[in-house]
Amino acid sequence: MAFNSSDIAAFKDIWVFCEQREGKLMNTDFELISEGRKLADERGAKLVGVLLGDNVEGIAKELGGYGADKVIVCNHPELKVYTTDAYAKVLCDVAMDKKPEVILLGATNIGRDLGPRCAARLRTGLTADCTHLDIDMDNYVEFLEKSSTLDLSNTKFDMEDVNLKQTRPAFGGHLMATIICPRFRPCMSTVRPGVMKKAPFDQAKADACEIEMYPVTIEKSDLRTEVLEVVKEAKQLVDLIGAEVIVSVGRGISKDVEGGIELAHQLADAFGNAVVGGSRATIDSGWLSADHQVGQTGKTVHPKIYVALGISGAIQHKAGMQDSELIIAVNKNENAPIFDIADYGIVGDLFKVVPMMVEAIKEAKESK
Amino acid sequence: MDFSLTREQELLKKVAAQFAENELEPVAAELDKTHVFPVDNFKKMAEVGFTGIGVPREYGGTGGGATEKVIAVSEFARKCMSSAAILSIHLIAPQAIAKYGTKEQKEKYLPRLTKGGELGAFALTEPNAGSDAGSVQTTAIFDPETNEYVLNGGKCFISGGSRASVLVIFALTDPSKGLRGMSALIVENTMPGFSVGKIEEKMGIAGSETAELIFEDVRVPAENLLGKEGQGFKIAMQALDGARIGVGAQALGVAKEAVDLAVKYSHERVQFGKPISALQGIQWYIADMATKTEAAETLVYKAAWLEDTGKPFSKEAAMCKLNAAENARFVTNLALQIHGGYGFMKDYPLERMYRDAKITEIYEGTSEIHKVVISRAVMGK
Amino acid sequence: MRIYVCVKQVPDTSGVVAVNPDGTLNRASMQTIINHDDLSAMEQALRLKDATGCQVTAVTMGPPPAEGMLRELLAMGADDAVLISAREFGGSDTFATSQIISAAITHLGLGEEDIIFCGRQAIDGDTAQVGPQIAEKMDIPQVTYCAELEKNGNEIIVKRMLEDGYMKIKVQTPCLITCIKDNEFVPRYMTVNGINDCYSKPLTVLDFEALKDEPLIELDTIGLKGSPTNIFKSFTPPLKGVGIMLEGNGKETCADLAARLLDKHLI
Repeated sequence: MAFNSSDIAAFKDIWVFCEQREGKLMNTDFELISEGRKLADERGAKLVGVLLGDNVEGIAKELGGYGADKVIVCNHPELKVYTTDAYAKVLCDVAMDKKPEVILLGATNIGRDLGPRCAARLRTGLTADCTHLDIDMDNYVEFLEKSSTLDLSNTKFDMEDVNLKQTRPAFGGHLMATIICPRFRPCMSTVRPGVMKKAPFDQAKADACEIEMYPVTIEKSDLRTEVLEVVKEAKQLVDLIGAEVIVSVGRGISKDVEGGIELAHQLADAFGNAVVGGSRATIDSGWLSADHQVGQTGKTVHPKIYVALGISGAIQHKAGMQDSELIIAVNKNENAPIFDIADYGIVGDLFKVVPMMVEAIKEAKESK
Repeated sequence: MDFSLTREQELLKKVAAQFAENELEPVAAELDKTHVFPVDNFKKMAEVGFTGIGVPREYGGTGGGATEKVIAVSEFARKCMSSAAILSIHLIAPQAIAKYGTKEQKEKYLPRLTKGGELGAFALTEPNAGSDAGSVQTTAIFDPETNEYVLNGGKCFISGGSRASVLVIFALTDPSKGLRGMSALIVENTMPGFSVGKIEEKMGIAGSETAELIFEDVRVPAENLLGKEGQGFKIAMQALDGARIGVGAQALGVAKEAVDLAVKYSHERVQFGKPISALQGIQWYIADMATKTEAAETLVYKAAWLEDTGKPFSKEAAMCKLNAAENARFVTNLALQIHGGYGFMKDYPLERMYRDAKITEIYEGTSEIHKVVISRAVMGK
Repeated sequence: MRIYVCVKQVPDTSGVVAVNPDGTLNRASMQTIINHDDLSAMEQALRLKDATGCQVTAVTMGPPPAEGMLRELLAMGADDAVLISAREFGGSDTFATSQIISAAITHLGLGEEDIIFCGRQAIDGDTAQVGPQIAEKMDIPQVTYCAELEKNGNEIIVKRMLEDGYMKIKVQTPCLITCIKDNEFVPRYMTVNGINDCYSKPLTVLDFEALKDEPLIELDTIGLKGSPTNIFKSFTPPLKGVGIMLEGNGKETCADLAARLLDKHLI
């Protein structure tokens, strides 16, 4: 039977495309499986991971430990390294065959390459960079009450609605939009890494996870690009998402850029398990490389402590860090908007304050 | 009557503003501190085409006229007065060559001074000849044996003089005739006998490298005579009329920026529990600043329009410069005052803008000499 | 060889953003700019033009005032421009948008040596979807997240960025490449002579009439009706509660801060 994306009733199950690099699962996979579990439970559906690679069945069961009922494994030498053509062909072929209701992908540089290509081929909708997902209308309304400024008293919701409600920031974080895909299936979303909470790992569930080996054929003629090499950047990888503490610098370091970045590193060292980040201004000016960027166009972070040094707090920066557990801001302009969201604010020149802060934190740690 | 810019002029304004923000503003404080000419930025100005404004495209220029100059210079002046001065003063030499030069002179020098990225200079002032240009003492005596002028003497306060490769220099080819014996020569800085003396330390526009020039038997080929012998004073005065509109544009730009900064700061600065913009004293300051700046803008653009449409503009050029310069000092002073202590600090650009603005009341003719020009035009001599 | 550069005029989200009470964006109050990634794509295309003398065509879909943006790109050095604009195209999501742009480029003709450049994503929606969807609909290969590229004949080698490194990918023309904003590809300024000429360079407007016979254009594949995704709700997030401004900015203040962090077991 031909695949028809508007035959909604034919689609079932929640799928997560599980990305592997060099044969290793990624943190995003576990976040998405954990979130997918919640959605599958709301829908009363099965949660299925889809894993493409070369001899990757060995790592599939781990996904069960975070909530997958089943993992479909597609092995092929041409799937060892990601290419758009091979991955899109396999994912679309399997999806056309098995007709999932939802496909989640990580909004990584690979997920955001694969997702739109597949959505176009499957003739369905895709919502990019989601930060919140609901199927159950009760849960969605509760989310709106908590996370929006909307007055819902006069709004009627169809409580029977089972469309995936995909919420994402738009317009630089000034606005949140909830997107639905009512007329086509599968409903596809890419989900921003680091946003969904990873469930605790359960070995028993991992053991019970069903593995389905799905045979795939890939012809040379299917492939129009060739990966010549994959290079891990030797320069230090800034893992903003995994860091417990982030010390970020902004335009306020402009009078001594190198000195300002050095101070941020000193403060990060004083905290320990901390990395240095930057506002858009520091990236645009070329002071820090793009992987340091926190904010709407950079990374969304929620560390335990976020220190903003000389960052005015433009709304697109806030969008990437305002959910940090604790925010400390140092800025010489007492009216800087960053102070509106800071838990602790200090008005002063960062070049004077930070060295004292480094000493104070070292002393406090020693006093423990 | 239509006060709007053409769509091309709107785009020119946009690219000048982008250029000023990306290239000029980041170095403005540095130039002010180091007093060094921004060589790289001048090259970039040439790449975009700013240094060829007012010069026909067939000679490497980018066309346009006084209005285009006002647009570019005033946008530059918002972010860096040194750079605005550099562009404004540079344009005098290529425009004078375009107007008075022979075909050979235009073909030889204009491409270098426009897309070639070389700096031009205009050298009239001498220690004893400021407002009184008639007291020029530099001589250029014709040597019929070699068909050259032999240039002796010196100039002072020449903006960009230390960096310029092509200079229009005014000297007496017939000292017995005084002003009527003054001629304009195109001189290259590589000619033997040409040297740069002292580079001044200035109160403002520090990046423009104002220099003393020394000429010791500089042999200038006769073909480098610009215009005719004895036409020097006329060429100088006409060039200065245009240059005054350029200074008006500098004064206008720095004033507009000062108004914007004052408005922004007054909204941000909270004292006694509310932004100082809520205080009527501040509001009235802003109203005065904005109104006078608007008036200055209108007069600067009117003078440019007169020049571009081929009408007499000498009086209006003087008026627009006098008025915009006084306004620039008035507005930068008040904007600094509104910033209070912060305005006095080098963390903010106001104190630099205040110092930079002052020059517009002095160079290309002091305010006083402009009043002479204007009163003569209005009252008859 | 012709390079199509797809560009979008977007609201400047770094400026003042006004939101209507119903949670929709007050677009009229916002300044528009050329999307940053698209400018990087234009710069990459213009560098290929500098090297090879190829034709660079700027393509956008949007309301008639988007012509202004196209004129700016012509002033930067593009040879010609195409404005896809029709009421029928309004309200398109990424699927429908890519459908229309694909139809337009097909209409104009994509040759064996041609390339389509897009910015990685637009700052209004940040979706990064239109590029790959155009590639799929035109059945050509895509490479996304391009930081730099090298072209030899019909073969292009792209440095394709990953979060933790990059890939070198070889691809043949015709193909679609999406470019990221990169310090290496700072977009050039409009030149003064470019501005002088930009209003006399060719600009083609493709409306519904011009494209309606393209196979990709059906009333259920374009515009609001042809968009698989719909906006269910839009809203503004609430602000977090106000924190504490610490007194002073000296040693004691820093010690106070450290003590508070210690209390919360954060250090």
